[in-house]
Parts: sequence; structure tokens; C-alpha cells
Amino acid sequence: MAVQSEPDYSLFTAQEIEFVAEDELIEIVPNMRMDPLNLICGDFGPFLPQIAAQVPLWLAVALKKRGKCTIRPPEWMSVEKLTHVLEAERDSEREFQSLPFHYVEISRLLFDHARDDIPDGYMVRSLTEDIRDVRFHKVQSSLESFDGRTSAVQIKSLSAMEVNIVRPFVARALQSFQKLDSLLPDTDSMPNNQPQQADKAAKGRRVLRGR
Amino acid sequence: MDSESGPADKPSGGAEELEALVSTTDVELLKRAWRNEKAAPEILRFETHLIDRVAGQLQLMEETVDDFVETGIDPLTVSLYQMDLDRTQFLLRSYLRVRLQKIEKFMFHILKTNELHDRLSKQEKNFTRRYSEVIGKHLEESVLLNLPDNYQSLLRQSTTSEEDDMVPEPQMDAFVVCRAREYVGPSELQDSNKSLATDLLMEMEPGELFFIPFKRIKKLLENGKVDLV
Repeated sequence: MAVQSEPDYSLFTAQEIEFVAEDELIEIVPNMRMDPLNLICGDFGPFLPQIAAQVPLWLAVALKKRGKCTIRPPEWMSVEKLTHVLEAERDSEREFQSLPFHYVEISRLLFDHARDDIPDGYMVRSLTEDIRDVRFHKVQSSLESFDGRTSAVQIKSLSAMEVNIVRPFVARALQSFQKLDSLLPDTDSMPNNQPQQADKAAKGRRVLRGR
Repeated sequence: MDSESGPADKPSGGAEELEALVSTTDVELLKRAWRNEKAAPEILRFETHLIDRVAGQLQLMEETVDDFVETGIDPLTVSLYQMDLDRTQFLLRSYLRVRLQKIEKFMFHILKTNELHDRLSKQEKNFTRRYSEVIGKHLEESVLLNLPDNYQSLLRQSTTSEEDDMVPEPQMDAFVVCRAREYVGPSELQDSNKSLATDLLMEMEPGELFFIPFKRIKKLLENGKVDLV
């Protein structure tokens, strides 16, 4: 019953997250001449051959598809930077390295549409995938530390896609914990006469096994 | 819940106008409104001024694109303008649609709660009224009137119910993901109705993400101190 009550509209689809990521600015080097664009989302250009310009990712991809520009991958998308991030991710159990909020989507869009503009593309790709895996694993293991007392959880530098994927589960789990916790007798108000209750509240699992 | 607050579009106006001055584009603001609306369990205040401005820009841009086509400007340029237009239109439609979904789900709750009803736009109020009439009538004719007398209420399980227990309400304690836009101190985060003995002192630095029950950041969201993600 509870599983069904999650309203559809509280979640973003992967496409919607990607849509949002497409507004991130990126540098392109055009190979043609074009007047400035006065778009609703902002003014960009003028575009001159070999002169770098900042544009939203969707615009960069559109031009790239037509062979009108090359895309300069963002600074963090280099083998050197990513290797460093991956090592740091592996070294630390809990901390997440700071990557752009939309790093998953940006790197995927660039791999799909501008592979030839990424130096060492293959390496970069496998590094981003490794980083993603390590981070997901970390998210999963940090979920184990939640309990009924968890009234809020800080997720320091989780990216948009990561948030979106863990959201349904985490939100529901936290809410259930709180609900279950509120059903238990208040352990603070009866300190010593019912130690078992306090124990149950702290470790729900033990109840199942019996004493 | 019981406050009879003022006209729908008053409080958000000032802050919003200020935001617009600080070189945030309306598209950015619309995107933020859309994300907040999508992620929040209850219906938020309709962004009257923002939606007016965006609708105006969209119309202007449509005319511009039509002009471009007529005057035979470079098809590439036209297609880029068209893409920009499509993107903004998508945002606007999705924003309005999410709100309609919420209204459809919670209409009876919205109708009896002034605070929520005041958040709707004029058209949404109209929709809510007419939709609830139609649905109410349908439910009565197809089900309720065929039930025993005690069970014919649209809003209550039976005549013995003390309150409207058949009206779906948004889950205010649902967890949402929020991101602080500015520093938020511990006092702003506590919810008053619960024992806080176990609650850690908590604060948010700008840019930090949190899983947190919606009711605890409701005020902060309304004041623009946090965004939902």
C-alpha cells in the first residue's frame, strides 16, 4: 500500500534531469560566422571562426551536430583531474569529492555528441564511470547508518542524477523510520525500568530474532 | 491552515522583482519554480508575475521566429531560436501541468483550506471549482447515492466520522531534497510541534544538500532561502 502512494510528479525523469543539465554553460570554438543570438534564456555570440564562445550545452550540441563548432570539454573532464578524483573517492569512506552538480549528464552528453573533441576520450569515459560506481556504492553503504532519529540527512556533494536515483528509496525509508519510531514508547521518558524497549528502539532488527 | 491571507500574488512580488534585477533570467526563475513545484508535496504559490513575463516573452519570440522564416534568414539561426522557444515552452507547460495534477489530487483539501486556495491563479481556481463539482456529482450519482444513508458523504467515511476523513491531503512530513541558497541557522529549521530533544542542532551552508521533511523547510522555501532539487 505504502509503495503506491508516492506521487509521480515528485520525481524527475532522467530526461528532465538531462534537460536541466543542458542549460549549463560550456565553451565552444565555432568554425563559422553567426550574428549574436538573443534567446529567451540569454544572449549569446557573436560567433566568429576560431574565437571561443560560452553557450549552453544544448546550443553547443546543436551546433556540433551540424559540424559548426568544436566543443571544449570542461576542465574537470581531463584524465589527470578525474584520476585524482577517483583516487580521492576511493580513499575516503564517507566523503564525496566535489564534482559539478550535473557531471553525469554533462559527460554523457559530450560522449554521445562530441566524442572527437575529448582528448583521451576512452580513458575519460571509463574514469567517469568508475567514479560514478564508487560514489553509488558509497551512497548505498551510508544508507545503513539511518535510523528513526534521523530527522535530516546531509548529502554534501551528491550530483543531480545521484540524488534523483536514491531519492525514492531514501525518502521513503526515512519517513518509515520516523513513523515507526513515533509508534514506539518514548524511551527518554522511562529511562531505567524498560531497558529492553530502549534497546528495541535503537536496534529494531534484534526484536525479530528474539532474546 | 486557517489564516485568511491576502491576495494571491502579493507576497512573492517584491522578492521576485528584486531577483529579476540581479540578472537572473526569467527562464532560470521559471526553472527554479518548476523544480520546487515538482518536488514539493503541497501546491506552492502561483508565480503570477513570472508566468506573465514568460508568456509575454514566448509570444514575442514566436512572432520573431515567424518573421525570420518570412525574411529568409539562415535556417540554422531559425532552428536555434526555435529550440530555445521549445525549451521554454516545455518548462512552462510542465509547470502548469504539475500544478493541475496536484489540484486534481487535492482539490477538496484545497477548497476547504483558504491558505492553499489563495495560492492558485484565477484560472486554477476556476478549474478547481468546476472540476470538484463534476467529480463530486459523478461520485454521488455512480456510488454515494446507492449507499446506505450514513455513508453518502463525499468527504467523510460515515456520519460518525468527526472530521473529513476521506479528503486526501499532501504528506507534509514527506522527505524532500533541498539545497540551501544562503546560510540557514538551527533555529530556522526546527519544527515546533515535536520534541526536539533528540534533534541535532543543525545548520545549512549555501549549496549544501539535505534530505529533510518538507514541513521543516516549508517556510524557508517560501522565503527563497532554500530550493528543492
